[in-house]
Amino acid sequence: MTEAVQRLNPAPSGPRILRALLLVGVVVAALWVGLRVLRDPNVFSALGPTLSKLGQALVAIVLGVGGIWGLFYAGNVIIESLPGRAAGILRPYLFVIPAVAVVGLYLIYPTVGTVVESFTDVPEGDGPLTNYGQAFTNRDVLIALRNNAIWLLIAPAASVVIGLVFAALADRVRHEATAKSFVFMPLAVSFVGASVIWRFMYAWKPPGQPQIGVLNALWVGAGGVLVNLGLLEEVEPVAWLQHIPWNTLALIAIMVWLQVGFAMVILSAAIKGVPTELTEAARIDGASELQAFFRITVPSIRGSILTVYTTISIAVLKVFDIIFVTTGGNLDTSVVAVRMYQEMFRFRNFGQATTMAVILLIAVLPIMIVNIRNLRRQGVGA
Amino acid sequence: MTARAERLRSLGVVRSGWLVRITVLLIVAVWTIPSLGLLVNSFRSSVDSSSTGWWTSLLSPISTQWTLDNYNRVLTSGGLFDAFINSLIVTIPATIIPITLAAFAAFGFAWLKFRGRSLMFGVLVGLIVVPLQLSLVPLLKIYQSTELTGSFLGIWLAHTGFGLPLAVFLLYNFISQLPQDIFESAYIDGATPFTAFTRLVLPLSVPALASFAIFQFLWVWNDFLVALVFLGTSSDVAVLTIELASIVGSRGEAFHLLTAAAFVSMLIPLIVFLSLQRFFVRGLLAGSVKG
Repeated sequence: MTEAVQRLNPAPSGPRILRALLLVGVVVAALWVGLRVLRDPNVFSALGPTLSKLGQALVAIVLGVGGIWGLFYAGNVIIESLPGRAAGILRPYLFVIPAVAVVGLYLIYPTVGTVVESFTDVPEGDGPLTNYGQAFTNRDVLIALRNNAIWLLIAPAASVVIGLVFAALADRVRHEATAKSFVFMPLAVSFVGASVIWRFMYAWKPPGQPQIGVLNALWVGAGGVLVNLGLLEEVEPVAWLQHIPWNTLALIAIMVWLQVGFAMVILSAAIKGVPTELTEAARIDGASELQAFFRITVPSIRGSILTVYTTISIAVLKVFDIIFVTTGGNLDTSVVAVRMYQEMFRFRNFGQATTMAVILLIAVLPIMIVNIRNLRRQGVGA
Repeated sequence: MTARAERLRSLGVVRSGWLVRITVLLIVAVWTIPSLGLLVNSFRSSVDSSSTGWWTSLLSPISTQWTLDNYNRVLTSGGLFDAFINSLIVTIPATIIPITLAAFAAFGFAWLKFRGRSLMFGVLVGLIVVPLQLSLVPLLKIYQSTELTGSFLGIWLAHTGFGLPLAVFLLYNFISQLPQDIFESAYIDGATPFTAFTRLVLPLSVPALASFAIFQFLWVWNDFLVALVFLGTSSDVAVLTIELASIVGSRGEAFHLLTAAAFVSMLIPLIVFLSLQRFFVRGLLAGSVKG
């Protein structure tokens, strides 16, 4: 026991602290040298292009992964070399301060800075609301806001409904797991990748040529049948991504395609958590299958539906990649996040850019509050 | 058939009729055909790709000239190979660093007592849903004045910052549920919190660490905005999503190349995803609060 106590409170000594500081010095120096090397792409050029790239990758990965562990280890050595009381007080902070500091630097400080800048980054002599006044009178911004509203109205609801229907129906067919993994797979695909996939789906060729996009092939094919039957004069292929206002719907479809898998997974787990006794009892009392679903199953999984709906809503409000890659925000398809990027990099107008970000924050705020309440109910948050 | 479906059917509750089956099949088709088209077209010649639909090759697979040319071209003459390596350089540390920081923090919040604990934890978790757009302008200014723009260190840290709140939340939920006895006996044996953490907590938390690792890996690999703002489009640092978007910009109608490039960019996520689906689903179910 005494030995244990001694090990818990090791006697502080000069050389220990020196050794600890030396170790920290070595780690920091190694990191510094490594990062210098990484900044210069020609370090490994003697190895030829492919090997040099791989060498760079190896250095980067060892540096990034080893660096973070080296820093924690060195920090611990310093703390354990301090006198017992000081070590006891400081020790917990070694664990939490790095994370808190990074979050402070990357989320808290910039968020405050963004809000402040949206009011202060105005031409001299103008009032603090100048940026907001400009934003709400700019036609392009208003269109972006309108589009965000359309996205928010359609995408989360469509994803939840399709996900819920599919989760409920897949529950009763053979090969449920296989069917689900097909719908689930787009979750692994990037927004940029999905944009390419759907550009190809929406591809357009002039009338008379064979269509290479699935949608136009179906459209022209089905239209052709109607023309032959005399029900339609003629049918033209549609440029889905150029046709205002349908292009926004075409883009929303990409988002829904990406998000349904997420909705399905959560809702499927929730449906399976509803006790069968409940639905059975309803059925015995004469409820139809649809009634049992809408009156028993859906109310029982209300919480999960809300979670999925809010999560997808936040993703939808921030949507950027899909629009940036497909239409670049042209043809009345822009949204607030795309507008913000353009203000930052095309117009170099940081005042307007931060204003766009604050508009996003205000839109997300109600969802945040719902989520925090949800967390509280789960007993998280100390 | 699943046991549950069997049970429902035996009770006469379910008539799994053709309508149900057709609806399921239809949804599966709509969700599969776009990716199938991409995959098929990436193996077709440029002439075929621009003159006929990809399904024609699928209907006559023998007479079609299948080719690997598109892959060859995007990987050798395009910058896609370098972009692939750059994506690895960005993604691996940008997954490990936040997990490490978050695991340390989650342990501290769950098992150590200190001033400001609940305040710090509350703020951290509350930040989960703040859109990262709020960070862009002030961070970009810091990055430009410290020359972090366009550096791998800069993007590792950016992804770390943006991923940390969810990571801490997920790992806290897991680590705080570990039994208290294991720590007590470790401390009696003279372990410091650091050794208790590395020897006990980390090995026991592997399922939670894996769940978040997959989450973060896919998120970083598939990210476009953070890379565009902080890393940029120059070829020595551009990641796959950036390179793919630039091909869309320059060769937007060359679908034989576009589809091949897109498939290259999806290869790793699909492998990770299909082989570790179980962990991924667990992470989704535990962390469906993130925006």
